[in-house]
Amino acid sequence: MERPALDRINATIRKGIITGLVGPDGAGKTTLIRLMTGLLLPTSGQIKVMGLSTHSSQIHDITGYMPQKFGLYEDLSVLENLDLYADLNGLSVAEKKDAFKRMLAFTSLKPFINRLAGNLSGGMKQKLGLACALLSRPQVLLLDEPTVGVDPLSRRELWTMVQDLTHKGMTVIWSTSYLDEADKCHEVLLLNEGKLLFNGPPEDLTKRMKNRVFQVEVPLKNRRKVLTKLLNLPYVIDGVIQGNKLRLVTSSSLKNSLRHRVPPRFEDAFIDILGGISKGDSILAENFPLKKQTSSSLIKAENLTKRFGNFTAAQDISFTIKRGEIFGLLGPNGAGKSTIFKMLCGLLQPTLGEALISGVNLKTAPAKARSHIGYMAQKFSLYGDLSVEENLNFFSGSYGLQGPYRTKMIDLMVTIFDLHPYLNSNANLLPLGYKQRLALACAVMHEPDVLFLDEPTSGVDPLTRREFWTHINGMVEKGVTIMVTTHFLEEAEYCDRIALIYQGINIATGTPDDLKNMVKTRKMPNPTLEDSFIALIEKQGVQ
Amino acid sequence: MRRWPRLKALIIKELLAVWRDKKSRITLIAPPLIQLIILSHAATLDVNNISLGVYNQDKGWYSHELIQRIKGSPYFKHVYEFGSFQEAKKAIDLQNVIVSVQFQPNFSRLITRGQPASLQMILDGRKPNASQIVTGYLSSIVETFNTDILTQKGVELPVPLGIESRAFFNPNLEYILYNVPCLVAILSMLLALTLTAMSVSRERENGTFDQLLVSPLQPWEILVGKLIPAMVIGIGESTVLMFITLYLFKIPFSGSFFLLYFSMIVFLLSMVGVGLFISSLSHTQQQSILGSFVFMTPTMLLSGYATPIENMPSWLQPFTQLLPISHFFIIIKGLFLKNMPAGDVLMHTWPMALIALFTLSLAGWMFKRRIE
Repeated sequence: MERPALDRINATIRKGIITGLVGPDGAGKTTLIRLMTGLLLPTSGQIKVMGLSTHSSQIHDITGYMPQKFGLYEDLSVLENLDLYADLNGLSVAEKKDAFKRMLAFTSLKPFINRLAGNLSGGMKQKLGLACALLSRPQVLLLDEPTVGVDPLSRRELWTMVQDLTHKGMTVIWSTSYLDEADKCHEVLLLNEGKLLFNGPPEDLTKRMKNRVFQVEVPLKNRRKVLTKLLNLPYVIDGVIQGNKLRLVTSSSLKNSLRHRVPPRFEDAFIDILGGISKGDSILAENFPLKKQTSSSLIKAENLTKRFGNFTAAQDISFTIKRGEIFGLLGPNGAGKSTIFKMLCGLLQPTLGEALISGVNLKTAPAKARSHIGYMAQKFSLYGDLSVEENLNFFSGSYGLQGPYRTKMIDLMVTIFDLHPYLNSNANLLPLGYKQRLALACAVMHEPDVLFLDEPTSGVDPLTRREFWTHINGMVEKGVTIMVTTHFLEEAEYCDRIALIYQGINIATGTPDDLKNMVKTRKMPNPTLEDSFIALIEKQGVQ
Repeated sequence: MRRWPRLKALIIKELLAVWRDKKSRITLIAPPLIQLIILSHAATLDVNNISLGVYNQDKGWYSHELIQRIKGSPYFKHVYEFGSFQEAKKAIDLQNVIVSVQFQPNFSRLITRGQPASLQMILDGRKPNASQIVTGYLSSIVETFNTDILTQKGVELPVPLGIESRAFFNPNLEYILYNVPCLVAILSMLLALTLTAMSVSRERENGTFDQLLVSPLQPWEILVGKLIPAMVIGIGESTVLMFITLYLFKIPFSGSFFLLYFSMIVFLLSMVGVGLFISSLSHTQQQSILGSFVFMTPTMLLSGYATPIENMPSWLQPFTQLLPISHFFIIIKGLFLKNMPAGDVLMHTWPMALIALFTLSLAGWMFKRRIE
């Protein structure tokens, strides 16, 4: 099972451009970056940066490195952090003054210089991290997943900032698991499981997908069923829901198709290289009992308000979610969407208002309300030191499953998710895709009415993500209700309805297409969900 | 009733989590055993193997006789002879000797004449406790020496008031008999505390605590699910320590095992309560460790293990009653050394029970509050 983190990579990265290191978690991106900074040395082979061997200590003078979790001191202010990194880089007092002025203007962090780094939003933290990494004026800037957990608005700002740097001649290496970011890089190294799949400009790869990507319009009500049917056609290798349309990728070009052709994306090519997504309906959903149709709401938020001291994290939030609906909570970092999410699944008590699950109040009957809930968090949050089987035993037990029924459900999960070969291995040693499967298995074993998903597929490869959504779509058809938060707007397209949260307030609710229509202008006739997200928030900010 | 399977799942998970984590498995087994074995010998207040120096300016028979008697006593391992006062001073400076005994030039002559003679002891004040004990040893040697000379000279002494001291419960005042039971108590406390103090914060760091909170488990069930495994491991480990104490150190145990286990359970419950309280306060494992230190240091210093509680200022003494371990020390020493009767054991158990009740409810309350 042992495979090298990186397997015989040969590549050249050009000066003065942004090169993307693209691939899912566990592909070897961080290892490659650490090799380039000299923090790791290769087991075999060699690597040179600006002509210098990475054994040399001079390497640190020419590189600026921003790790995934940049070492910001959360209890120091923005200015103190900058000061510390300037001293560590040996900047003189005069140089410091000049550099701070540049960096604060560049990152627009000037109004926040006295705020503690720990109190900054995810996007601002990344900007500060970037500023600290730039203090030494590096020739090569290495950014390891700078946009993880950063909302689309801040992500766009970070891109503009970095593109600005390359105009001044800096070489930038940007690693990411968001495949849509690959299209923004000049050149790309596509990694998967330690192997280099592609090296070159992204257009060269997407070229092969020409005339192979289509959009079909379907009735909103049936789109999940139609998608499942289409995916089972032999020549369809990928398909996703985009509002009231389906986006399909075929295994070869269909020239005389009447369907609406759309430009290919990098992700399409990646999936093509990997051989297309796995076929078939969700066995999980097939085995799921059909939830009784009721007209009553499954999730109900009534004037939910949460205050932390003087700070109002969520203000007067109300909505109802019907059975079999996928409801998305979107919003920038720190907007309050996780506060609302937590109040709805019982992790936080609201200051005012009520949250009801299947008509049961979370406050007065928490245990009863929670027995209807399944929960899956962004971070892998199962017991890593326990084996797969022990995790399944624990979670089935903690939901009160017992006797032959418990054994039956565990066996079913093992079969559906193909966990048999891993039953006795520790959960944290599983490949990422299997971790994802185990987490979903643990969340649905008790056949919940409502499933809470907190950034469920961040960092996983597109095949695993498709498989995950096949299960979710199937379960929704059986009447399970889904509540999801995500920064990944591709994922938000699967939602029936979306609530956009900004500064603790619900600023827009509607289907993905509703949100897009809200911002449609002559200049932007065909906005994406990301465009609409940004426009709606900017509009709110102006008010 | 679906409660029992849920609790059972929690308990099994907790025991597995401790056992599967290699680091926690090692910290659980190795340090307590090693500490018991090493500290039982190291942490002793007996003074043995003393080195002593003699600066004899007299050279007469009497001083010679006294030096021979010192050399012959079992306490003094090395007796050095110094040629000058400077030499004696240096030896004390360098801690080669703890005491220097000096004889004046006319020591033997004065005794022969029947006049009082004196000798000087110079002690190392940096070691007050050991110095005091050495003074005691030397004084008793000198006293016997005095009596012997007077008898030899035919001086008729009035019948001396003899003090025959006998120590009850520990006839030879062997420190190890007192020390090892105390170590068993301390190590059990440490274990119960570390097991629980990190258990919640570790789950918080891993994100599994949220996973527990969204399940139908109620806060008190989570609390009991943490408490029972900690108690099982704590009692198990204490039993191992007791085995070592009884069979390796051969420390006699004169009390009732039933009373020992009864009071130990109450004691461990109170410590588990403290641990869970610290745990519910901390967000990270680091905070838990700091919290445990904040609790451990004063507990150890005020427990009466290192220094007698009676020596502490009177205003401070009542506070020591709030520490479970100061009660458990009394019980465990009592049961080991003097077959403490059930009534006395209960007298010291109920304060621990009260503390346990308080710390556990506080932890439970914090658990509940944390969700809000």
